Amino acid sequence: MKTKTFAIGGIHVDKHKISSQSAIQELALPEMVYIPVKQHIGAPAKIVVKVGDRVKVGTLLAEADGVLSASVYASVSGQVMKIEEVNSGQGYLETVITVKREGDEFEESMDLSDEIVREIPDNKEELLKIIRSAGIVGMGGAGFPTPVKTNIPEGKSVDTLIINGIECEPYLTADSRLMEEKAEQIVIGTRILNKILGIQHAIIAIDENKPQAIARLQEITKRYVGVNVQSCKSIYPQGGEKQLINTITGREVPSGKLPLDAHCVVQNVATVYAIYEAVQKRIPLFRRVLTLSGNADLTPSNYLVRIGTPISFILHENQVNMDNVGKVIAGGPMMGQAIAALEAPVTKTTSGITVLSAETADKPETSACIRCGKCVDACPMGLMPLNIRAAVEENDIAILKSLHVQDCILCGSCSYVCPAKIPLLDYCKIGKYELGRQQKAK
Amino acid sequence: MISALLLNIIVLCAIAALAAIVLYCVSQKFMVEKSPLEEAIFETLPHANCGACGKAGCQAFAEACNQADTEAFAQLFCPVGGNEVMAKIAKLKGMNSTQKARTCAVLRCQGTCQNAPDKMAYTGLKSCRVANLVMAGRGGCPNGCLRFGDCIAVCKFGALSLNPETGIPRIDYQKCTSCGACVKRCPRGLFEIRPIIDGEQVYVACRNQQKGAIARKNCSAACIACGKCSKVTPLVTIDNNLSYISSDIVPQEYGQKLADECPVKAIIYRTHM
Repeated sequence: MKTKTFAIGGIHVDKHKISSQSAIQELALPEMVYIPVKQHIGAPAKIVVKVGDRVKVGTLLAEADGVLSASVYASVSGQVMKIEEVNSGQGYLETVITVKREGDEFEESMDLSDEIVREIPDNKEELLKIIRSAGIVGMGGAGFPTPVKTNIPEGKSVDTLIINGIECEPYLTADSRLMEEKAEQIVIGTRILNKILGIQHAIIAIDENKPQAIARLQEITKRYVGVNVQSCKSIYPQGGEKQLINTITGREVPSGKLPLDAHCVVQNVATVYAIYEAVQKRIPLFRRVLTLSGNADLTPSNYLVRIGTPISFILHENQVNMDNVGKVIAGGPMMGQAIAALEAPVTKTTSGITVLSAETADKPETSACIRCGKCVDACPMGLMPLNIRAAVEENDIAILKSLHVQDCILCGSCSYVCPAKIPLLDYCKIGKYELGRQQKAK
Repeated sequence: MISALLLNIIVLCAIAALAAIVLYCVSQKFMVEKSPLEEAIFETLPHANCGACGKAGCQAFAEACNQADTEAFAQLFCPVGGNEVMAKIAKLKGMNSTQKARTCAVLRCQGTCQNAPDKMAYTGLKSCRVANLVMAGRGGCPNGCLRFGDCIAVCKFGALSLNPETGIPRIDYQKCTSCGACVKRCPRGLFEIRPIIDGEQVYVACRNQQKGAIARKNCSAACIACGKCSKVTPLVTIDNNLSYISSDIVPQEYGQKLADECPVKAIIYRTHM
């Protein structure tokens, strides 16, 4: 198979996929889980339980409030202890439902057997309803409610469904393990999306550095006409939505527009697996696979974790040596966010926990820009980060606009390649912030 | 040899003369009539070009002043030049001038290194606007000063400086012209332009909207919305767990009382400004 890649920019990062050979294992259950009511883009879910209520795994805790929202389910059985505001990873307060675990009891409606259910219900509306009620959001990191993304508005058309199995972030292997171990389920999930979108074909895009996942899915897709596997060049940020659309279809998402405008829908493999579980097994989204990895003293692993598990509990279970830890990141090292409070819980969008040693986490000294243009070559959106930085320092909003700073996907490629170690990504963030604020004021 | 040199000089002089004639004709033809009044107004302005008046710069403000009738002129005000400059412009125009109370920017936060000690490490770009996107703040307060001083860079009058002891910006009230640049820059909206009445000012130096107990965990000077100040005068309102003193208040009358009432010392009463 020919590997494909996107047209402009991209960088080669060290992949460090050290956990790629460790099978997904179920993590022990914590005594307490802290389930945030807002784990997605949009309105927080409306709480439907009271303190003292007894819940089982899969009991609805909070209901989607409006279209752009997602329901939240209990991930352990036990008693609702508190509904309180606790520190999120970044130090902001968020509303969480605290559940004290007692045993591990599941709602009866769920089908927890390993048997693969292949028969897909036919009604499109019914399928969308199940996905909406299961609280599924984009699990690659953005957390955009899936039903909104798959419900095509009037006047728009879709001809390509892309399943994103790239996982271009260093260290993370959760998606790659999921594709190896749950290949058929993912393909069935893809078929469900096919039915909803009313198209016959789908492409599962996988990074060429995951030969096992490619082989496994190729074998499975032989039995599913219309679903194809496409190997993609191992380059960062291959897994970016706009980059992947360009890789697969050669199309470009217009500036300021959505993938829909390029007639594409992109879904992450973890999301597709969650769709399979919701539709075929009646299991709402209460757990996810995540990678615990990094260059600190730890055992690289892939865990099936209940949502709401404190990150500190996972680190403890793995016996991570915290002595020389510089940074704990929710997500991968390129786009993840450093966590200030380790008691912060795992959410639907936590695809990994990267623990970096103190030496790696240190920011290098910066020096002056030598105008080498490496950042321009690296930018996958074709922007000019060095000029964006200059415009930010001049606070020139008109130039920022002409440089299309709002198209920046915050991938961090520019900062990564800069020989002067200038935090160009941070300047792009300021640029986006200032431009956005000015447009809001208008 | 000499003739070649002469020829060069003659040709160049001819070109220069021709160009001068063309330029003169063009400048006569396309001359823009500038009102002498507008020029005079422009001369009186402070030439800061800060845009605080709402116009693009001093030239645009002068133009607006020149064209304004009595009613429109009352709406125009140069915060940098203040009453003095506005009086001069009014004199030039032969109108009554707009007189406004003296104002200055105040920082509504006391999240100093002592009141709100560092809880989180931040290694990114030393900029409040970046830090604001990734964390609540080094001290943990989600509404408080981030202590990187983005506001200092935008102050054209040198009125702001980062106090090395407290970590938060210090305002030089003599230099502050109320241009509002810091108000626009602060990602947390901590600056407010407030009137100085007879050299006195009173305001709540906190914007934290969390409940008292949570706010106090991060900062010892956080407003806990106890409501003691609101009992002193109805000009103090409590909203979203935060007290706010209306700018209509007369500091001489209530300032000392309010500052004494506040159990967390979140209310600042300043005299002799």
